[in-house]
Amino acid sequence: MSLSRQDVEKIAELARLKLTDDEIADYTQTLSRILSLVEQMNAADTNDVEPMAHPQDTRLRFRDDAATAPDRRDALQAIAPKTEAGLYLVPKVVE
Amino acid sequence: MHTMSVAELSKALQEKQISSVELTQLYLDRITQQEELNAFITVNAEDAIAQAQAADTRRSKGDTTLFTGIPIAHKDIFCTKGMLTTCGSKMLANFVSPYDATVIERFNDSGAVTLGKTNMDEFAMGSSNETSYFNPVLNPWDRKAVPGGSSGGSAAAVAARLAPVATGTDTGGSIRQPAAFCGITGIKPSYGRVSRYGMIAFASSLDQGGPMTRSAEDAAMMLNVMCGFDPKDSTSLNEAVPDFTATLADPIDGMRIGLPKEYFGAGLNADVARVVDAVIEELKGLGAKLVEVELPNSTLAVPCYYVLAPAEASSNLSRFDGVRYGYRAQDYGDLADMYMKTRAEGFGTEVKRRIMTGTYALSAGYYDAYYLKAQKLRRLIADDFTRAFESCDAILGPTTPTTAFDLGSKTDDPVAMYLNDIYTIPANLAGLPGMSIPAGLGDDGRPVGVQLVGRYFDEARLLNIGHRFQQVTDWHNQIPLDQA
Amino acid sequence: MEWEPVIGLEVHVQLRTQSKLFSDAATKYGADPNTQACDVDVALPGVLPVMNVEAARMAVKLGLAIDAAINQRSVFARKNYFYPDLPKGYQISQYELPIVEHGHIDIEIDGDTKRIGVTRAHLEEDAGKSLHEDFHGMTGIDLNRSGTPLIEVVSEPDLRSPQEAVAYLKKLHALVRYLDISDGNMQEGSFRCDANISIRPKGQKEFGTRAELKNINSFRFVERGIIHEIERQIDVLESGGTVVQETRLYDSAKDETRSMRGKEEAHDYRYFPDPDLPPMTIEDAVVEEIRQTLPELPDAKKARFISDYGLSAYDAGVLTASRELADYYEQTVAESGADAKLVANWVAVELAAYLNKHAVELADSPVNATMLGGLVKRIADNTISGKIAKEVFEAMWNGEGDADAVIEKQGLQQITDSSAIEAIVDEVLTNNPAQVEQFRGGQQKLMGFFVGQVMKATQGKANPQQVNQILKAKLG
Repeated sequence: MSLSRQDVEKIAELARLKLTDDEIADYTQTLSRILSLVEQMNAADTNDVEPMAHPQDTRLRFRDDAATAPDRRDALQAIAPKTEAGLYLVPKVVE
Repeated sequence: MHTMSVAELSKALQEKQISSVELTQLYLDRITQQEELNAFITVNAEDAIAQAQAADTRRSKGDTTLFTGIPIAHKDIFCTKGMLTTCGSKMLANFVSPYDATVIERFNDSGAVTLGKTNMDEFAMGSSNETSYFNPVLNPWDRKAVPGGSSGGSAAAVAARLAPVATGTDTGGSIRQPAAFCGITGIKPSYGRVSRYGMIAFASSLDQGGPMTRSAEDAAMMLNVMCGFDPKDSTSLNEAVPDFTATLADPIDGMRIGLPKEYFGAGLNADVARVVDAVIEELKGLGAKLVEVELPNSTLAVPCYYVLAPAEASSNLSRFDGVRYGYRAQDYGDLADMYMKTRAEGFGTEVKRRIMTGTYALSAGYYDAYYLKAQKLRRLIADDFTRAFESCDAILGPTTPTTAFDLGSKTDDPVAMYLNDIYTIPANLAGLPGMSIPAGLGDDGRPVGVQLVGRYFDEARLLNIGHRFQQVTDWHNQIPLDQA
Repeated sequence: MEWEPVIGLEVHVQLRTQSKLFSDAATKYGADPNTQACDVDVALPGVLPVMNVEAARMAVKLGLAIDAAINQRSVFARKNYFYPDLPKGYQISQYELPIVEHGHIDIEIDGDTKRIGVTRAHLEEDAGKSLHEDFHGMTGIDLNRSGTPLIEVVSEPDLRSPQEAVAYLKKLHALVRYLDISDGNMQEGSFRCDANISIRPKGQKEFGTRAELKNINSFRFVERGIIHEIERQIDVLESGGTVVQETRLYDSAKDETRSMRGKEEAHDYRYFPDPDLPPMTIEDAVVEEIRQTLPELPDAKKARFISDYGLSAYDAGVLTASRELADYYEQTVAESGADAKLVANWVAVELAAYLNKHAVELADSPVNATMLGGLVKRIADNTISGKIAKEVFEAMWNGEGDADAVIEKQGLQQITDSSAIEAIVDEVLTNNPAQVEQFRGGQQKLMGFFVGQVMKATQGKANPQQVNQILKAKLG
């Protein structure tokens, strides 16, 4: 399957990536080639095959309900781009 | 000293032939001498010496493990508390981790000394180390060649003996392929053996950490430290971990080794095939029985992988948004603009390509045709192995179709790059252990690796075969001429 | 044309676990920003989720309480979208295989019981909060709530009026409180509701286009919001327009709904099974074990109140509306040793009126069940009359002690000495000869006047039955 420029623009928007015109052109081409590679999968008959989401057939393990995490806001916010009054700051969120 | 095995180094430390501080300094000096290889992103010079002093004190008190005082290099994908953890990306170029990965904790507890963090493909996405934000690593065997990827820094460091051992991670071959290209031993354990906690996720259902070493024996020793149940990782398996060194020297007499015909078809270079044939002869000499097996669906492993891995990656990498840590764009307008610019500037070309591939594969209208199809195919590929292991105990083949390729030769062709992992990807999809051992040189004088794939939790058998092979061969002791 | 509303509710119930769904950070409300957001909650690179067992057990409890199927195998998926209060860039939720499916909740509407289907209930993690106070033109993000366990309960579109929607919501609220799986605090966001609303001509089978109404976080707002949305849709259709599928916000200040324009840019959540979390398995044995721990639920309790206490369906419904009220009632009955219907009246009418008037929660009532029981006991043993009891209740409410103390201190003990009452009756009759004459002339309604006079003379303390008897005897 071949992607169009518009397809790539839409994907980039979904993935929150700002692309230049040159990048869009390049990705349009390489992504189309990757999709051609990927579509070789169609050679396999997968009717009635159970999808495999995990490499091991295991079940979820549970943890006891105990609130044991210490408050380490200072350490975590020391590496944050922008904080104030214990909050992470981002450009205005419009509801 | 720098050519010694872990056992030898440990003995030398124990017998006070050398202190950990001296040994650490020796490796730090080698790293500086070989700076041109660009194997390290961060060299932990000062702190390493402090750790070595602590290890020497610990040894003097008799509280030692095999690794107490042994220097080690960690792939820069493992979070190390108080130390830069970049994952090879501009996105995390300033990220000082506030916590240690479980693997790091285990080595720290054992008293190992962290020499530094090794270079890697950005977010482990690459097979040549050329996608690193911190520039490519050079192959110590031939500086025109790539070291392989994504654990290229670790592979080059061990090959050039800048560290006795190193950690790596393997999502589609990222331990085994660079191990093959750099002439070292590397093993990807069964999925669930090694905790993924603190290992920055690329594709969560495929990622697995493992050792990169000179020999199978060193790898067994490292696995003894790395493996084990971790309550912080829901995919970590509560399986008994054997002493991997205990069975290294067992005879392999009568062991059935499967040769999948799909691994010897078109696309395999003649010089690599020649090396694999030589290994087959050695193993026969050791009493192994060679049988032909089939892995028919493995020929579709690359397309399957290039849906699943990017899909998981596109989601795993959504947390890099410039809000809580890491890179944030300098100039931005509104919130959407901050996201778009931060991610566009913070991620490199290949990472963005994979995020977009994965986003597309999961998006409305395409999910069934790509993602679901790939998950079904994944089961067929895994089932092939189950069937094959009915008639053999381990599977042997080439690790890669060719020896290390030249730097820059595949950067413009992502599909050609992807096909490099054709033999390594199936083990990740099935969750099985896979090991590459050095087995010869190609026509170009670059190393060739052969791969062994085992049943679930059967790492010990792979190490056993590898060790027996290494007892009768010398490839694992060969080092690039200029490093001798 | 006559229109019929079709309403389905999606309710997010915050589970009252100690720690988060996938991390060991605390879930307490009102902590300083980001002090309850651990490495996993802020989504540091490399961290992984580990599931809280209590959240799973709570989901099973709810499933059993609504007579639903508990799926032996359920799957956590990632719902991908970018938002600053969503640190991972995805929410871990259940999508294709939820833990609970196919349940129902019965509601009372105009004396009839109506069964409302519950499509599914699934576990998911909450997001953080965006604080819109101005930080130099920026927004502050608090991740304390990030990762708090929620169960989202999705109803079938079986509700046909705002009243039914409120009744359903109240019933669900009562259930989660009975089960003790949520504090149900709507102000703090522990019980949040979205409504899908459409209308269709009465008799038509197909559904109309629906709008999703958000931000209706009180029973009153649910009712008001739905009423407005129905009216709006009728206006649109009757003026020849079409209803657009969109998300709308209920603005309680303006009492209207408005479109959340711009929020509706093509959502593509790219759900897929979370590779960090294997499928969740709930063994039948575990389900059975949890079933044994279930408390008596509202419907069963109501039936028991009717059969054991002889209450009317209405009173039983009122008293079992919340577990606290039902417990209060039963304790009062036990304390008083009195007629259960009399107690029902005191709890459902008198106490309820005080709570309502003073805007006090039952848990904070100055008159507890022991005190009210003590009061009713004194009515039952004729120590005081029902009328005096109201005074005693007020005194207890104002903190003047228990019933016996108030009666003692204020000398409110009922006069039951027949000779004493007779003396007062005689006095009243002597002082009112004209009225006695009229009564004997046939004006029977003057009986009330004489009773009043006797009560007045005794400050209400004379036993009313005795007063009546004696008056009848004297006048007869």
